[in-house]
Amino acid sequence: MTLEPYLLYALAGVGLFAIGLYALIARTHLLRKILALNVMGTGVFLFLIAIAYRSEPVADPVPQAMVLTGIVVSVCATGLALALAHRVQTTTGRMVLAENDESGA
Amino acid sequence: MNAPDDFTDDTRLTPLRLMIMLFVLTLAGALGWAVCSLPAYSSGLAVTALAELSNSGVLNPVTAAVLNYRGYDTLLEIAVLLLAVIGVWSLAQAEPPAAFEPASPVLLSFLRIVLPLMILIAGYLLWIGSFAPGGAFQGGAVLAGVLVLLRLSNQDRAIWSHEVWLRFCLVLGLSVFIAVAVGVMAGGGKLLEYPRAHAGMLILLIESAALISIALTLAALFVGGRALSDEDSSRASDNGVQPE
Repeated sequence: MTLEPYLLYALAGVGLFAIGLYALIARTHLLRKILALNVMGTGVFLFLIAIAYRSEPVADPVPQAMVLTGIVVSVCATGLALALAHRVQTTTGRMVLAENDESGA
Repeated sequence: MNAPDDFTDDTRLTPLRLMIMLFVLTLAGALGWAVCSLPAYSSGLAVTALAELSNSGVLNPVTAAVLNYRGYDTLLEIAVLLLAVIGVWSLAQAEPPAAFEPASPVLLSFLRIVLPLMILIAGYLLWIGSFAPGGAFQGGAVLAGVLVLLRLSNQDRAIWSHEVWLRFCLVLGLSVFIAVAVGVMAGGGKLLEYPRAHAGMLILLIESAALISIALTLAALFVGGRALSDEDSSRASDNGVQPE
């Protein structure tokens, strides 16, 4: 089997998704969790763009449109997550969620 | 309890972490296998999208997908943007600029040159979206950059203090989109089924409104909270209380 160029990007997208998912579960600091979500999102975008590339003669416009709007939505989700994390910090003085308290110490 | 440093994470491989890693690796393997078993060539929806392009009112297939074929998605996405701002505004108030510091003259003259160009580029991206890569989301991001630069140079009081206008502009994109989506039903179409003759104009109308809302939404998230209106800040100073 030859390695199609799109396959490399799609697998890289899967890899980014997995790295992000691990960090999201294993890391306790909220900023790290938000960053992990963004890495996961980037993986999904990369995967969608790679999938769109398989079509001939032009790339499939529908996944591209989903990524285009998805980027803006993920920026907004990040903004909201940061506001929530800031609130957690001002309320508890910590940047971790309550149930992660003992594991981080 | 001595305050632990939250940021220096414990990275030791505990049994729990090993289990998480095993789970993630299994998932990645399964996903990778699924990706590899996809056919190497698949036109997906490209053929349908290109065949319908002449009915969509625009010449760029991506814009057609965003605002025509999958208009319902985009409508809800713009609603999500608005929800994010409402969420951020209910959680926090924007911090007033710490010890007012005039921006450096170099920055100000740079902004005088670059900001009009950025606004022009945002409008250009909006316009070109109908036949080449571009559109409301890209233009909105550039316009948001204008607002962020103004914020960083402390020049944006005028924008964030007019609360009524601010709110009006934030909901403009969603309301125009809904108005068009429902309005086309009056002509006998279905929800979001633009009449073919006016599709191009309607898409441009939605995009122009969405551009303003997207830009303000992104900038409002950057500011990170509801801006204090003049009324709020004067009330706070009357009571001798610092706004939080």
